Amino acid sequence: MALLEIRAARREFVTPEGGRLAALDGIDLDIGANEFVTLLGPSGCGKTTLLRAISGFEGLDGGTIRLDGADLAALPPFRRPVNTVFQSYALFGHMSVARNVGYALEVRGAPRARREAAVAEALDKVGLAGMGARRPSQLSGGQRQRVALARAIIGEPRLLLLDEPLSALDRNLRQQMQIELKTLQDRLGIAFIFVTHDQEEALTMSDRIVVMRAGRIEQIGTPREIYRRPGNRFVAEFIGETNLFPVTIDRVEAGRAVGRTAEGLEFLLPAGTARAGDRALAVLRPADFSLADQGIAATVTRAVYLGSDLHLFAQPAAGGPEIRVTARDSASAPQAGARVHLAYDPQAPHLVGAA
Amino acid sequence: MATRRQNLILAALLAPVTLFLGVFFLLPLLIIAVFSLLTPGLYGGVEWAFYHWNYGRIFGWADGIAEIFEPIYLRILARSLGFAALTVILCLILCYPVAFWVSRLPGRWRLFFLFLVTLPFFSSLIVRLYAWLLILKPSGVLNAGLIWAGLIDQPLEILYTPAAVVLGMVYVMVPFMFLPLYAAVDNLDRALIEASMDLGASRVQTFLKVVLPQTLPGILGGAVIVFIPSVGNFIVPDVLGGAKGLMVGNLVEQQFLSARNWPFGAALSMIVMAVVLLVLLTSIARARRHGGQNA
Repeated sequence: MALLEIRAARREFVTPEGGRLAALDGIDLDIGANEFVTLLGPSGCGKTTLLRAISGFEGLDGGTIRLDGADLAALPPFRRPVNTVFQSYALFGHMSVARNVGYALEVRGAPRARREAAVAEALDKVGLAGMGARRPSQLSGGQRQRVALARAIIGEPRLLLLDEPLSALDRNLRQQMQIELKTLQDRLGIAFIFVTHDQEEALTMSDRIVVMRAGRIEQIGTPREIYRRPGNRFVAEFIGETNLFPVTIDRVEAGRAVGRTAEGLEFLLPAGTARAGDRALAVLRPADFSLADQGIAATVTRAVYLGSDLHLFAQPAAGGPEIRVTARDSASAPQAGARVHLAYDPQAPHLVGAA
Repeated sequence: MATRRQNLILAALLAPVTLFLGVFFLLPLLIIAVFSLLTPGLYGGVEWAFYHWNYGRIFGWADGIAEIFEPIYLRILARSLGFAALTVILCLILCYPVAFWVSRLPGRWRLFFLFLVTLPFFSSLIVRLYAWLLILKPSGVLNAGLIWAGLIDQPLEILYTPAAVVLGMVYVMVPFMFLPLYAAVDNLDRALIEASMDLGASRVQTFLKVVLPQTLPGILGGAVIVFIPSVGNFIVPDVLGGAKGLMVGNLVEQQFLSARNWPFGAALSMIVMAVVLLVLLTSIARARRHGGQNA
């Protein structure tokens, strides 16, 4: 049985114009006991509302949320075995770091000795050993982040909710924290639900990603599934950089479909349920293409240097939109204006509906 | 040199307020301090001779007659402090929940409410207190209403009692309590409340451990601003209080205007000031120490 079961969760808000907006529009989601699940979507997609419904700060207009089979609806936030790391960290400025971290135990009336031992252990886990006497205002952003984390895990929740906790950190620190968070989750053996609008963050840390849009779940899958096999155009475009080619299926033979763009480019595609005459989108990531001796003839219009990689924008000779290609940088790498041929890994293309 | 120039500019900018406060605040204070140690003139004014029984009288020994001990002035002073403290507490109880309510209102309503709070300042204090006189008197609006509703048979004797004085002072002081409280409550980050409840604290625990300490600066600020003018207030007891409602402010007023004993009035003023300062400093120090323990 899943740790958390969300069924048909609905939540509507009244907009200032008097209309109704479904922040959650029928969400079904199961989360396992030690899974790292990321809710990913653009702002306003309902991911934070879903998180707040789990923590109890937002009610539901319909549907249920069960934790270990028990309905959470009647439980106020302070009775739920769930803790949150807030986006703004929400540290108590009038308390020391140690008292912040020990707060969950303090309000439960845990004896002082046990509390102090647990605080020391929690601070140690997040790499802040010995910082207990300081005030939050004396810490850097990254350190505050760790205090918020230590404070949320000290009560040994079944489920930790993280609301865009890394968004205020600079890039290097963010990448470091991503790895630390995943390590911490493995070590604690509890479920993490992580909310973000940053797809790179989602791909790095998650066991599974839940892509949301406008209060609905667009796709649930492992990072690889989401990236390689997006379920629809929205997911394909939201996760990573993508080339989308509108194609009409020309013919299906031997488990492969051949799709043709309006400009006459042909792609060999996984057949799936496609039939001749269908309109669809072929999804090819920039890294799926490579420079070759033959293939799609194109002219490089721009070459963007990215360190070890080179990002090329290539205009196919046949016309149509530019193709984005990731190539390894080298002395012989093509410059703007170069004529190239693009090949692609025949296993790489993926087909999504044209809608 | 830049710093020297900046210092000159700073001095020039500070000069007007320094001059103003020096002439109109420090100088009168000095005069009061000197007068409090001079001999009262027979027909008002002062005689330039040192006389310390002005203070002696306040502490109970009238004009150096050590056998007669009657600390009536101390009792009035204590009563004034008590009334002022009660005013602070009642204002706090009235304003604290309202401050939360107002801070949750949509923007336009919030502005409207803040305007309502400052509305009393648009009319004269005396007029507003006489309105209270009409409300509280035996045949007034309050008693007529209560009798009509059948809650009482006889009019309540509220006017000219200490209760009327405290009621009047609370009425006058509420805006002074509300504004600093509102500022503190409005600044309170709601995420802190959610974090506290998320970590398992009940509503009461959240209030005591997070909301109260976080809004303590506003509470202290409001308490100070209400307490100081309340101790020395003489208009409210003048209009609404009888003999039992007399406060130290009335006493000072009487010494200067009716009794024409300026040195004694000056001595009373100095004592009131010293006591208020003492009360404030100790309570602020205690609050700070308490806050430190919490941390």
